[in-house]
Amino acid sequence: MNLLNNLSVSRNSAKALKAVASLVVAGLVAGTPQFAYTAGDSGVELEHFSPVRTDRALQRGARTYVNYCQGCHTADYHRYAQLAEDLGLSEKDVLENLVFTTDANGEQTKIGELIGSNMSADYAKTAFGVVPPNLALVSRSRGSDWLYTYMKSFYLDQSRPLGANNTVYANVGMPHVLADLQGWQQPVYHDDGAGHKVLDGFQQVTEGKLSAEEYDATISDLVSFLDYLGDPSKEARHSLGIKVMLFLFLFLVLAVLLKKEYWKDIPHNN
Amino acid sequence: MSKISNTMAWIDERIPLTATWNKHVGQYYAPKNFNFWYYFGSLALLVLVIQIVTGIFLTMNYKPDGDLAFKSVEYIMRDVNWGWLIRYMHSTGASMFFVVVYLHMMRAIMYGSYKKPRELLWIFGMLIYLMLMAEAFMGYLLPWGQMSYWGAQVIISLFGAIPFVGDAITLWLRGDYVVSDATLNRFFALHVIAMPLVLVGLVFVHIIALHEVGSNNPDGVDIKKVKGADGKPLDGIPFHPYYTVKDMIGVAVFLIIFFAIVFFAPEMGGYFLEHANFVPADPLKTPEHIAPVWYFTPYYAILRAIPIKLLGVISMFAAIAVLFFLPWIDRNPVRSIRYRSTAYKVILAAFVISFLVLGYYGLQPVTPVGTFISRLCSVIYFGFFIALFFISKNEKTKPVPERVNY
Repeated sequence: MNLLNNLSVSRNSAKALKAVASLVVAGLVAGTPQFAYTAGDSGVELEHFSPVRTDRALQRGARTYVNYCQGCHTADYHRYAQLAEDLGLSEKDVLENLVFTTDANGEQTKIGELIGSNMSADYAKTAFGVVPPNLALVSRSRGSDWLYTYMKSFYLDQSRPLGANNTVYANVGMPHVLADLQGWQQPVYHDDGAGHKVLDGFQQVTEGKLSAEEYDATISDLVSFLDYLGDPSKEARHSLGIKVMLFLFLFLVLAVLLKKEYWKDIPHNN
Repeated sequence: MSKISNTMAWIDERIPLTATWNKHVGQYYAPKNFNFWYYFGSLALLVLVIQIVTGIFLTMNYKPDGDLAFKSVEYIMRDVNWGWLIRYMHSTGASMFFVVVYLHMMRAIMYGSYKKPRELLWIFGMLIYLMLMAEAFMGYLLPWGQMSYWGAQVIISLFGAIPFVGDAITLWLRGDYVVSDATLNRFFALHVIAMPLVLVGLVFVHIIALHEVGSNNPDGVDIKKVKGADGKPLDGIPFHPYYTVKDMIGVAVFLIIFFAIVFFAPEMGGYFLEHANFVPADPLKTPEHIAPVWYFTPYYAILRAIPIKLLGVISMFAAIAVLFFLPWIDRNPVRSIRYRSTAYKVILAAFVISFLVLGYYGLQPVTPVGTFISRLCSVIYFGFFIALFFISKNEKTKPVPERVNY
């Protein structure tokens, strides 16, 4: 924000130049770390995770999301009101417990608005070099196995600017935001004989507020919530789909009977 | 006379409604021995209708704008009533269109439906296929995801391999030095207006051409040769009601598969909707692995198999162009595979397998083994047409019966 405020209106060309420069820098920075789309590109085996679609799990996931993710990540394809409806919460509950963002006037975001983030893109670029990705569709681009394993694979690495690295996403720009819950861990490797390091697991360095089981449950809820954000219509789709299938099978039976009735008239040649 | 027949008489005095209905439906005599392979023509028409209708509703909320396109698709998916259903029907319909069309083309090849007097019918069909590929390619850019963007970038850059004018052509196609808002806007215009108009027109002449010469059948027998006392083909039956009720079965089975995908697996494991396309287009980040959607991958594999870019591009387009000449490459008058030689069956099987294998390797990242197999299959693909030209000249065929097997 400061960057923007310091630029006067008369210096439009300088502003444009700066914008181009920051775009190029963002591109270079984004190009340097590993850019993985498909799960498991880093060679690390991913833990299988099946998202849970109960209201309680999604509500807990939403709580973790607004407390730990939303500060930096937007999800501004989805609306708070839809969230309330799908998670079995009243709009009042959502406004009181889950809406910590503010709109352009500094007032609490309205229930019908998108689930954004209060961190500006400019600030994000200054702080992290890139704008943290929109999380609304991350479960569909990365997959829930990747997200689940990723959130459990942060480790202490003093060589990184924010003190954290990740075995699933090497040299990731994101800090370990859940470190106070999980504590800090370090990876344990063995040599496969051919000079490659193979990850055995993690060793706990400092304790967090949660036990390992509690942390896993938190991540399970969070990734389930991200899965919901990526595909909110999944449950509606499945329940309608079953009815449509039943109808179509009935239609097929009738179509077969109708065809047989008509085709009785057609004589066979041999 | 009843009120209805009065009305019909009134209309028929002015336009040939009854005559047209009879010519194309009520008294269009189709061979009675159609098998499984003959469902796909009517299904292609059904998918065309699904695509047009869902497309109209998508257009109501989609924004063809580099800054808004991706978000407007998510708006359709989340905020528009039934938007997710309309969008998934359209995206599934695109892939299913190609499934149906490939099977329809396979039928035509197996039963020699491109042979005299159906050469123009085949050429109109090939033009539909060509336009369909253009339509699908342009439509795929519209969600403005990473794969939309980079797929378009790669395919358009192919034209850059053309000597002297290549760069000018790519610039002209994109309307910019890279794929950009200008490209998105023109692709939108072409996708929703130009291509559908051309497609519907071609489908119309395809059907006119079919009804002029009559349908072929799995025996490749000309049913018009054996007529009854009433002048109707003995092995022909009126399209309506016999094939309208039969096609209903095809429609039911097709819709079961279609909606199973729409409701339970709309991404089809990343083959119908690619994972990378859930990330907004970013001109500064090239995805690690760019693959076109599955229905283009056989040709993409041919392109990648050839080390010289221009030759690769020529081969890719030649792979499609050669199909236009099939009626003249195949010199054997016997239509159906049922009465053709073992040699023909062997080369056709090799052709189909090579097409499928090329499709598979077109989806995979480049590996030395993949490139070797792609090269081998490219040779088999083109080799089929050369072998067919020579084998079909003096082929030992079985006698074709007078009447159809039913």
